[in-house]
Amino acid sequence: MALSREQVAMRVAQELQDGYYVNLGIGIPTLVANYVPAGIEVMLQSENGLLGMGPYPTEDEIDADMINAGKETVTAIKGAAIFSSAESFAMIRGGHVDLTVLGAFEVDQNGNIASWMIPGKLVKGMGGAMDLVAGAQNIVVTMTHADKYGNSKLLTDCTLPLTGVGCVKKIVTDLAVLEVRNGAFHLLERAPGISVEEIQQKTAGKLVINGDVPEMVFN
Amino acid sequence: MAGFNKVVHSYEDAMAGLQDGMTVIAGGFGLCGIPEGLIAQIKKMQTKDLTVVSNNCGVDGFGLGILLEDRQIKKMVASYVGENALFEKQLLSGELEVELTPQGTLAEKMRAGGAGIPAFFTATGYGTPVAEGKETREINGRNYVLEESITGDFAIVRAWKADRYGNLVFRHTSMNFNPMAATAGKITVAEVEEIVEPGELEPSQIHTPGIYVQRVIKGNFEKRIERRMVRQG
Repeated sequence: MALSREQVAMRVAQELQDGYYVNLGIGIPTLVANYVPAGIEVMLQSENGLLGMGPYPTEDEIDADMINAGKETVTAIKGAAIFSSAESFAMIRGGHVDLTVLGAFEVDQNGNIASWMIPGKLVKGMGGAMDLVAGAQNIVVTMTHADKYGNSKLLTDCTLPLTGVGCVKKIVTDLAVLEVRNGAFHLLERAPGISVEEIQQKTAGKLVINGDVPEMVFN
Repeated sequence: MAGFNKVVHSYEDAMAGLQDGMTVIAGGFGLCGIPEGLIAQIKKMQTKDLTVVSNNCGVDGFGLGILLEDRQIKKMVASYVGENALFEKQLLSGELEVELTPQGTLAEKMRAGGAGIPAFFTATGYGTPVAEGKETREINGRNYVLEESITGDFAIVRAWKADRYGNLVFRHTSMNFNPMAATAGKITVAEVEEIVEPGELEPSQIHTPGIYVQRVIKGNFEKRIERRMVRQG
């Protein structure tokens, strides 16, 4: 079975380490905050200027001056810091954020990512995505392995305008966990019940398979 | 002392001198931390052919979005503009020019503009459409794009508290682009929630020193929320 959005988020959460500063993009990446493993502490960075993002507010806590980068009302945890956008992107660009998780339309075997623009469709803008992929120490991309027509999103070369070059290290799809290294996708784990053959068939770029590929484990 | 009293008492005085064709830098992120009354004054003045630099362009009927209604904006420099049907219409019809700029690059362009740095190298956007036509350079094995800074004829910002010297303090995440925008205007106008006596703001806690600010006006804010998310308490 292909993973649900929540399961993809659960698997990404296993990448979190104690003491990590993490920026989570919109969509599935946001769900990762719900699955932080017990016993570890991470600090969520929101690029509009908040380090130490908390959960959504209760009705009583709502404050129009307190939002996240998705423009949603949010809270700050005890010990949070708030700062300007320039400071926020100094953190990001300067490599101080340990992990960025974001979605994408396409990723290729050289770690290039396309996530912001489909020519011919309305272009809404890249927001902070280009800065995030250029600056984070570690980038995990979440996406479906193939589009709804079955076309692979893991390509030899991205076809869409890029968000960043040579920056993606790891991909968690609904079918697999892959590492991007030396010009190829390296298959690390399979979704439970998904065969290596299916992953191979839905990966257009170069795929390296070493020995038996284990299934993902969810606690 | 009058030279240091930057408080004005009308929006006409706050935006006096704004003319057609000028560049206006606006603070705010989405609808958070926007100078609502100053934007409304620009609408009232019907100034045309403006270049507006701001992370977003408001929404239909609120924030910078109201300046689209009478086609006052010629060019928009922003990182994300997807919240606005009128914006989309004018963009597709060619009435509105848009320069999409990565969010961190936009913040740094304002910061550098205010700090007298004409351009800077950043890895952001290298190898993407953003870098097209721009100088690139390899430094210590990594590739960078040369981005030019931005200054404005006017900068309009929203702050929480100000004193008459123009010292500003921002509230929560309504800070966002406001401090950099404030440094980058030839005339910077701060619309604030509260004007306090000099000395009430702790000197070491001031976010924007008054030297950057030419005018201060006390505003009333609707503070519209774009995405109201609530958890059950």
